[in-house]
Amino acid sequence: MNQSRRNALRAGGGASVLALLFAAGILRPGETLAADWNEAAFSVKTLPEVLRALGAQSPASSDAIQIKAPEIAENGAVVPIGVESRLPGTQSITLLIEKNPQPLTASFDIPAGTEPNVSTRVKMGQSSDVYALVKADGKFYMAKKEIKITLGGCGG
Amino acid sequence: MADPMRIRVAARDGMVNVRVLMSHEMETGQRKDGAGNLVPAHYIRNVTATHQGKTVLSAQWGPAVAKNPFLEFSFKGGQKGDKVVVTWEDNKGEKRSDEATIN
Amino acid sequence: MKPPSISTLLAASGAAAALFAAAQVHPQSAVDEIAKYRQQLQDGNPAELWEARGEGLWKQKRGPKNASLEQCNLGKGPGVVKGAYAELPRHFADADRVMDLETRLVHCMVTIQGMKPEDATKRTFGSGSNRSDIEALTAWITSESKGVVMNVALRHAKEKEAYKLGEKIFYFRGGPHDFACATCHGESGKRIRLQDLPNLTEKAGAQLGYTTWPAYRVSQGELRTFQWRLYDCFRQQRFPELIFGSEASIALTAFLARNANGAAFNAPAIKR
Repeated sequence: MNQSRRNALRAGGGASVLALLFAAGILRPGETLAADWNEAAFSVKTLPEVLRALGAQSPASSDAIQIKAPEIAENGAVVPIGVESRLPGTQSITLLIEKNPQPLTASFDIPAGTEPNVSTRVKMGQSSDVYALVKADGKFYMAKKEIKITLGGCGG
Repeated sequence: MADPMRIRVAARDGMVNVRVLMSHEMETGQRKDGAGNLVPAHYIRNVTATHQGKTVLSAQWGPAVAKNPFLEFSFKGGQKGDKVVVTWEDNKGEKRSDEATIN
Repeated sequence: MKPPSISTLLAASGAAAALFAAAQVHPQSAVDEIAKYRQQLQDGNPAELWEARGEGLWKQKRGPKNASLEQCNLGKGPGVVKGAYAELPRHFADADRVMDLETRLVHCMVTIQGMKPEDATKRTFGSGSNRSDIEALTAWITSESKGVVMNVALRHAKEKEAYKLGEKIFYFRGGPHDFACATCHGESGKRIRLQDLPNLTEKAGAQLGYTTWPAYRVSQGELRTFQWRLYDCFRQQRFPELIFGSEASIALTAFLARNANGAAFNAPAIKR
């Protein structure tokens, strides 16, 4: 057995890396490593599968979630999307594009003190419904908006 | 080393508005180059923004976020002169961190 | 068939009924919606990433002479960048030629920084990680003319000559489709698919057409300059390749820039 493995085992004693970091006071409980990324949710190909992977099987629809996006985007390579949630206790906002190869596009965690209102730009392969999934007070809610993608032309 | 981000932080009515432009290909891994070969996936997976060391936003992204990503959000409690730091890490483990001062 | 649950729930609520009515998109409102899309893109223009890089390249000591471009004369004196683009193309006595911004930059890279012309123009149009320094420099220098009223003078004999040549090229029909620039850009109210074509033979169209380049082109994910725009038009017309910095490209630029006089320069912009 080589030295580095021995060292790692001695230090780890079988505990997970996260537990180690909590014990060492490097991470506080509730925080995770920056490299934390939901591989399962990002890799599935249908909306129901993503919702299941996110633990949000039957989100209630809500008017308190506003999706700000154009009805028609001239180029699917860059579609501006903003989501504002007026649901009290909003913890996260997640963007899903139904007809993209993998619907899960982006997920934002909203700590206390941060406005539940984020804007970004996404790629859409074709006209599709775009869903905003909001987790508020432990429950899931959703709103949708259709965005049509069109081909602009030659110049401009 | 990746190109610097453009971060604008402005304090308005007790809120701090943050607008970030990141320089990144956000390659999906599904595109083919001129020779017909798949261009490997290369995209930002994690974004974190902190104010005085406290996380004010964290995000997980997939390759469907647009190239040269734009991000905007707001948080309470920042003062002129405070520092906001934005960090991204991509699927290849490359990282970039930039800071801006609230004005 | 789509799962009914969410749509039905939305349709049932009063607020959503209004949304549904508004969502009946008529052909005219398609144009309005696209205008909204373009408007929403304006904030947070990735062109700023090129501007930042360009400013660095202007100030950085480079080339065999290890010099920066800070003494480069863009027409308003050595190192004066503010407002310079609004007066280009113009005649430069030291080269005794009319030059647009990009050819002037190459000139400075060769004379001040000691680069060989072929090295300075090695990459004129960037692609992903293959960056073009000229695009970055153009982005920054043009940003320093944002809001400045276009003011291309036609004083020198060679400037007048360039304008006339540019005009001739604009109306010249050729190539396998017998196209001229004027074929697409000589009438008002025309479009290709959903892309409006500015009428470059009228003041308003000429101003709009010129003052919004360079631009971050979303469809390419790159910042594109006016030399690129002309090069790409030639390609679309099935003309022979327009050589970067050629007399023809400068003449066309002089014609189009001068015709935009009086309008505030409004780039780097962001476009489809």
